[in-house]
Amino acid sequence: MGRTIKIDPVSRIEGHAHITLHLDDAGNIDDAKFHLTQFRGFEKFCEGRPFPEMPALTARTCGICPVSHLVASSKACDHLLSVTIPPTAVNLRRVMNLAQLIQSHALSYFHLSSADLLLGMDSDPKSRNLFGLLKVDPQLAKDGIRLRQIGQTVIEMLGGKKIHPGWMVPGGVSGPLSEDSRTAMLAMIPEGLDIAERTFESFKDLIGKFPEEIQHFGNFPTMFLSLITPRGGLEHYDGFFRIKDADGKIVDDMVPLEEYQRIIGEAVEPYSYMKFPYYLPMGYPDGIYRVGPLARLNNCDFCGTKQADQALDEFRALQHDRPVSSSFHFHFARLVEIIFALERMKELLESPHILDTRVRARARGNNDEGIGVAEAPRGTLIHHYKTDDDGLITWANLIIATGHNNLAMNRGIKQAAEHFVDGNHLQEGMLNRVEAVIRCFDPCLSCASHAFGQMPLRIELHDSRGNVVDQMVR
Amino acid sequence: MSEAHKITLATAWLDGCSGCHMSFLDLDQRLIELAEKVDVVYSPIVDTKELPPVVDVGILEGAVSTEEDLHKARMFRGRCQFLISLGDCAVSGNVPSMRNTFDLDDVLDRAFVENVQAQPGRPSESLPTLLRTVLPIHHVVQVDLFVQGCPPSADTIWQVLTELMAGNTPDPTQFTRFGA
Repeated sequence: MGRTIKIDPVSRIEGHAHITLHLDDAGNIDDAKFHLTQFRGFEKFCEGRPFPEMPALTARTCGICPVSHLVASSKACDHLLSVTIPPTAVNLRRVMNLAQLIQSHALSYFHLSSADLLLGMDSDPKSRNLFGLLKVDPQLAKDGIRLRQIGQTVIEMLGGKKIHPGWMVPGGVSGPLSEDSRTAMLAMIPEGLDIAERTFESFKDLIGKFPEEIQHFGNFPTMFLSLITPRGGLEHYDGFFRIKDADGKIVDDMVPLEEYQRIIGEAVEPYSYMKFPYYLPMGYPDGIYRVGPLARLNNCDFCGTKQADQALDEFRALQHDRPVSSSFHFHFARLVEIIFALERMKELLESPHILDTRVRARARGNNDEGIGVAEAPRGTLIHHYKTDDDGLITWANLIIATGHNNLAMNRGIKQAAEHFVDGNHLQEGMLNRVEAVIRCFDPCLSCASHAFGQMPLRIELHDSRGNVVDQMVR
Repeated sequence: MSEAHKITLATAWLDGCSGCHMSFLDLDQRLIELAEKVDVVYSPIVDTKELPPVVDVGILEGAVSTEEDLHKARMFRGRCQFLISLGDCAVSGNVPSMRNTFDLDDVLDRAFVENVQAQPGRPSESLPTLLRTVLPIHHVVQVDLFVQGCPPSADTIWQVLTELMAGNTPDPTQFTRFGA
């Protein structure tokens, strides 16, 4: 019987989880598990609700990426209505989705992860946070705050509030964009792009300091799943599924979104309330894949905007002729996507049709089943509903972006623990690195629980008789 | 003002969506001002994970859904001089409590048995036990201030914090409401 190290909670992530590291008798890592510790049950308690409530209700899955749920849910409801929504409504939804990508990626990089990168993985945990960053690198911290604010402000201008706006509805959006709001949004974009570009440049300088982390932070072959446009470009709102393998070979392509059940299965492990999606044709757990910014950039043939495509070239150069395999580079990909989102948002807002007032199609429920899929900041998000003749929900299935990465996160912490953790002599920085792997994935556990918390970190090392041989608290 | 006289603040999320904490982060540039007056000693956004024995102000987001939530709520009550129940889930149970109208086993089975293609079964290993009934925070511990909203806006949170820093008891009902 070996020993167990428990990291509880994993901090500076969006949600509530702990990690257990299982050691053999010699003190080597035998296994590592990532436990999501809360569960809510949306798939059941939505039963009986009128379907038009679903976008606003399921947005409450997550306060970080509520817009993703609004998008996927509204699209599932469009499917129930059996309508094609006005093109301006599509573009307005896209603008809000991109605004969210900006604020959520900014949160992940600046507020949660940059303290590790700038203050150091081994720095004092008391100041290893946004407030510590404000003292050491105030410009970067302020940039992060401002960039997130730009995204949140666009969301507020469209939907009336920053978190849980109710503006996206079945059939489109509830109101058009005003000229004043468009002007104000466009005015913020150059500042956002300046911040995004200088952050990208400073990050490229930083990564030279982390060769070991890049090598051991969830760096292994997996497939990648994401949406792409019909021409193979980077896509966040619609399009088709693409799955690519670790060598860059396309495994499955142009899969219509409504056919997700043909390619995605979900498994359960007894140690987590988060399920484990896998590529169904390959079975579990061989069908492991990753989603999110890393997957989207690995999968797409191009971004489709000027500066982002230049940044994409630099991303490709990280690992010539193959998809980028290190999960550390989720950060890299995230910064490229911020640039893309700002450029694409500008294009959409500059289109003359964006002010059209026809932004909603109206119908009653025509289908009894609806599927909506979109790219959340963390990866592909799927909502699937069934309704009765009165339009009341009878069944729901949600496959959450973070969930897709569950297998890879577990494998990633094991790899990092094997390399960095000395089971016979614990140091705080070793364990922070294990947590930092999780931060690369930017898991949104409030989503994944379709759940959530926080407790003191107490690490105890027990011998096989259960005696405490080493302990630390932070 | 010296570091020693800063107000200490602890925050935690129980069963919620983290939206109230995100609204706290929506203080944006006011976070810089806040950092001069307040020391965030414990929170999901910092790494100091031991809740100090005495904290001036505690903020809890989310409802009480697990044994662990229950423990955390009690720990916060025991150690925080002033405890705030932040947001509709904390104040009323809100969305997390929607599962109360179903049997917990049915809720678990939908997620972990019915909607699954491999290894169905209810997870339990190294996980906190779910309560049969989700409760608002004041059903398990005494709360000093309720702040409604889903989530309460950053302006509301700022009003509450600045009033507290000035030594006054805030009245959030002027700025927010359920569902705001």
